[in-house]
Amino acid sequence: MRYLPLTSEDRADMLARIGVGSIDDLFAEIPAGMRLGDLLDLPRHKGELEVERLLRGLASQNVTAGSVPFFLGAGAYKHHIPASVDHLIQRSEFLTSYTPYQPEIAQGTLQAIFEFQTQVAALTAMDVANASMYDGSTATAEAVLMAHRITGRREAVLSGGLHPHYAEVVRTTSRMTGDEVVTLAPDVLAREDLCACVTEATSCVVVQSPDVFGNLRDIAPLAARCREKGALLIAVFTEAVSLGLVKPPGEMGADIVVGEGQSIGNPLGFGGPYVGLFAARQQYLRQMPGRLCGETVDAEGRRAFVLTLSTREQHIKRDKATSNICTNSGLCALAFAIHMTLLGEKGLRRLASINHAHTIDLADRLETVPGVEVLNETFFNELTIRVPGDAADVVERLAARGVLGGVPVSRLLPGQGLDDLVLVAVTETVSEADRAAFVERLEEVVRC
Amino acid sequence: MLMTKGRPAQAVALTAEGRRTFTSNRGLSIEEGLIFEIGRPEVTGVDLEEPAPFEHRLGACERESAIGLPGLSEPEAVRHYVRLSQKNYSIDAGIYPLGSCTMKHNPRLDEAMARLPGFADIHPLQPQSTVAGALELIHELSRWLVVLTGMEAVAMSPKAGAHGEACGMMAIKAALLARGEAATRRIVLVPESAHGTNPATATRIGFEVRSVPARADGTLDVAEVKARLDDSVAAIMLTNPNTCGLFERDIALIAEAVHEAGGYFYCDGANLNAIMGKCRPGDLGVDAMHINLHKTFSTPHGGGGPGAGPVVLSSRLARFAPVPFLRRDEAGLQLVEHAQEALDHDDLGPARSKVVSGKPGSTFPHPALEAFGRLTAFHGQMGMFVRALAYMLSHGADGLRQAAEDAVLSANYIRASLRDLLSQPFGDHACMHEVLFDDHWLKGAGVSTLDFAKAMIDEGFHPMTIYFPLVAHGAMLIEPTESESKASLDLFIATIRDLAHSVRDGDTERFQHAPSLAPRRRLDETRAARTPVLKWTKQGAALPSPSPRR
Ligand SMILES: Cc1ncc(COP(=O)(O)O)c(C=O)c1O
Repeated sequence: MRYLPLTSEDRADMLARIGVGSIDDLFAEIPAGMRLGDLLDLPRHKGELEVERLLRGLASQNVTAGSVPFFLGAGAYKHHIPASVDHLIQRSEFLTSYTPYQPEIAQGTLQAIFEFQTQVAALTAMDVANASMYDGSTATAEAVLMAHRITGRREAVLSGGLHPHYAEVVRTTSRMTGDEVVTLAPDVLAREDLCACVTEATSCVVVQSPDVFGNLRDIAPLAARCREKGALLIAVFTEAVSLGLVKPPGEMGADIVVGEGQSIGNPLGFGGPYVGLFAARQQYLRQMPGRLCGETVDAEGRRAFVLTLSTREQHIKRDKATSNICTNSGLCALAFAIHMTLLGEKGLRRLASINHAHTIDLADRLETVPGVEVLNETFFNELTIRVPGDAADVVERLAARGVLGGVPVSRLLPGQGLDDLVLVAVTETVSEADRAAFVERLEEVVRC
Repeated sequence: MLMTKGRPAQAVALTAEGRRTFTSNRGLSIEEGLIFEIGRPEVTGVDLEEPAPFEHRLGACERESAIGLPGLSEPEAVRHYVRLSQKNYSIDAGIYPLGSCTMKHNPRLDEAMARLPGFADIHPLQPQSTVAGALELIHELSRWLVVLTGMEAVAMSPKAGAHGEACGMMAIKAALLARGEAATRRIVLVPESAHGTNPATATRIGFEVRSVPARADGTLDVAEVKARLDDSVAAIMLTNPNTCGLFERDIALIAEAVHEAGGYFYCDGANLNAIMGKCRPGDLGVDAMHINLHKTFSTPHGGGGPGAGPVVLSSRLARFAPVPFLRRDEAGLQLVEHAQEALDHDDLGPARSKVVSGKPGSTFPHPALEAFGRLTAFHGQMGMFVRALAYMLSHGADGLRQAAEDAVLSANYIRASLRDLLSQPFGDHACMHEVLFDDHWLKGAGVSTLDFAKAMIDEGFHPMTIYFPLVAHGAMLIEPTESESKASLDLFIATIRDLAHSVRDGDTERFQHAPSLAPRRRLDETRAARTPVLKWTKQGAALPSPSPRR
């Protein structure tokens, strides 16, 4: 077996040193009736060629985003990733190292995390950011728990523009602890009055912008209302590229900002692994979940980085920890950091502009399709469109015509009477020809 | 270009031989500034065309302020991150014997497979008809996990071990809710040796933790468990093999006692590497167990993640598993994403999935009639699933069992080679895949566990896990894994023996200032925690501002 270096001779020598007659003597503590005699009913080992053949076979059954005009978003976005990003994250020293518990021999990972934290804080205009969470949805659930700890209240208000799966993750956690969650009805047009829902009992309000329907939300008035009532404002985003062009939540008064970082540096990957971004105001630092990397000096006075404030964490605080998170999304955060470093201020702004310009162009083209309506007044790179008939059906028929044309809202929110809506995202990877093809195919599909 | 950042004001950088260098670099060990010091806002390493002028549709939300992000050209960025990488230890470069972490070889085939566009370039919400191969892959991996563990079903969406713990404990809470006992059964028993995530998870799901002490041999006595069982107990969270590297020999009795008292058995499966193919958790009475794909099935740890933590479930809990999950019916594999859908489908009766393996009459992966909710936005760590399946297919049933045997053999070989010099907290008995020493043998030597670990760094090794588990004083937990050749193990052993002899000889010098040959000496961690500096700022020059020596 190519991954196992020990030879039979080695094994015999080692058993002799240990002083046992056979390997099974080392498994003697397993209760007799429970030891497996035979091999399990699974195939025997395979060579690289065979494994590759099998997996390529499965891969080939999927329609890839890059092979068709592609318009899916709703929390995961197809962006171009520079080749150097994937090259760099595959460096052995990044890919095959553990969490940096021995800082003297992990400064590479630690400095990259410190830079990542600084980038995330800058992007969101917040004071501090952590070393990453699993993804945007789990970061949102953690933010709600953090708000409960800070306010001593136990009721979260979720905007109807919050990604429905994020809302479900929050509700699932809350159901377990008996905390209250007020979820507003799906808010396609961003018309809900969240301010009216904030009371003295509210721990936090969770609002997403761009929201799941693509609308941008000025959350400044809501922030003022939250402050007045002693509640925290949690701002969520699922499209990190938007922050190149959109006012950052920190400037609008958010207390905690969480988001999905997949858009920068990470492939679609059928939903994971992704990278959750988590930022907060300085005064809440000690209530934050997850790892934090800080700057210090070594015994020679040289600048160095180390995981810090671990008295919040599970390995020190155990049942009193701020979170149970241990492994996070280190390598995805590194991919984010590298891509962001390549983009820089100039590149990110331009990338965001291209996304926005392409989306404006598609919105304009869609206006010409009879029976199709763009519902958004504002947007960044995602639209909600109304189509005649069943949206899931329209999307299937588009797929049959070689266009992956968006996400039917009913996929996220079944049984809510939103069956004629499609979420359509447009990034820099969508060419003019793709946009033209989409409109043409859509016209055909809605006509028949 | 001469780097002007990242170095102290005074030229204190001495090389190993006491020599100063102009750059503060030490040969191949190169100092590297932060991107905020070497980058410029007007530089970009990505060529993008400025779009034609447009009238924005951002309403009142247009960004007015600068972001404050520097950019680097591609050659600068590549150099920056390559230099950073060179400051890291890695499993590719040497043995990484972190106990409890299972740092085994990461096959590059698995990386290549995960990067096939058919897996990496598909969206989680594409029409299911366009991702049949992806669903099939998840189903196949599920089958392997279920067969290996002898359990009923598996929930694939948890994103890491701790997330899997949450999944399992939520399933238990849901089962208690269904029994109407969630309000009264609030206690979760957790042995003192448990990993910190166990108690942290239990409280997070709204349980109260009650600690259970181990007996003198480091394992849990069924009598100690029984003494704490009553109708306020929801579950026990037990790690097996435990964090001392020992198989919990009372495990079946403990499971039986817990079940009899109306509780559930959560098993922390972080140490599955020791027993895969040797016994099945399902036969031991486990109700829920997470599997760290990033440990046992070798998806690379990436400097702190990502991982994946699928949770196998017994027939008592399978129905409560979260969405999404897979169901096979006449139409093929279906991804069920909403709990309501699960209920609707169940009316179909026979359309439910067929038995693939496991106990006769069971369904697979699971019917989740009463899904407790959702743990994450999408379907779990697909990228890790591909890698883990490539790893499992490569090993096969025979290779996985051999891997477990070699891992246990190697740990015992280290134990047998060090037992005359180092002390073991629970006596010298066979261990599983990791061997635990404590600091008893260091008493009075003026060398702590930490000092010893740091001296290993100077010898070119990554230290073992230290100060965990808490039940051993000054713990040193060594997990070599099956990936090490005998020559590698022998050098590791010889080095530890040499260091141990230095301790005996009173050569504290070798330890107290270690490491002195690594990219950094010991860090001032107190300062990091007292005055947290968690991001770069322009004013942040509070720390010695670096410049080359004059
Ligand atoms: C025994 C044990 N349990 C649970 C965990 C948590 O797993 P993860 O880091 O994947 O969340 C670990 C990881 O270090 C562990 O060693």
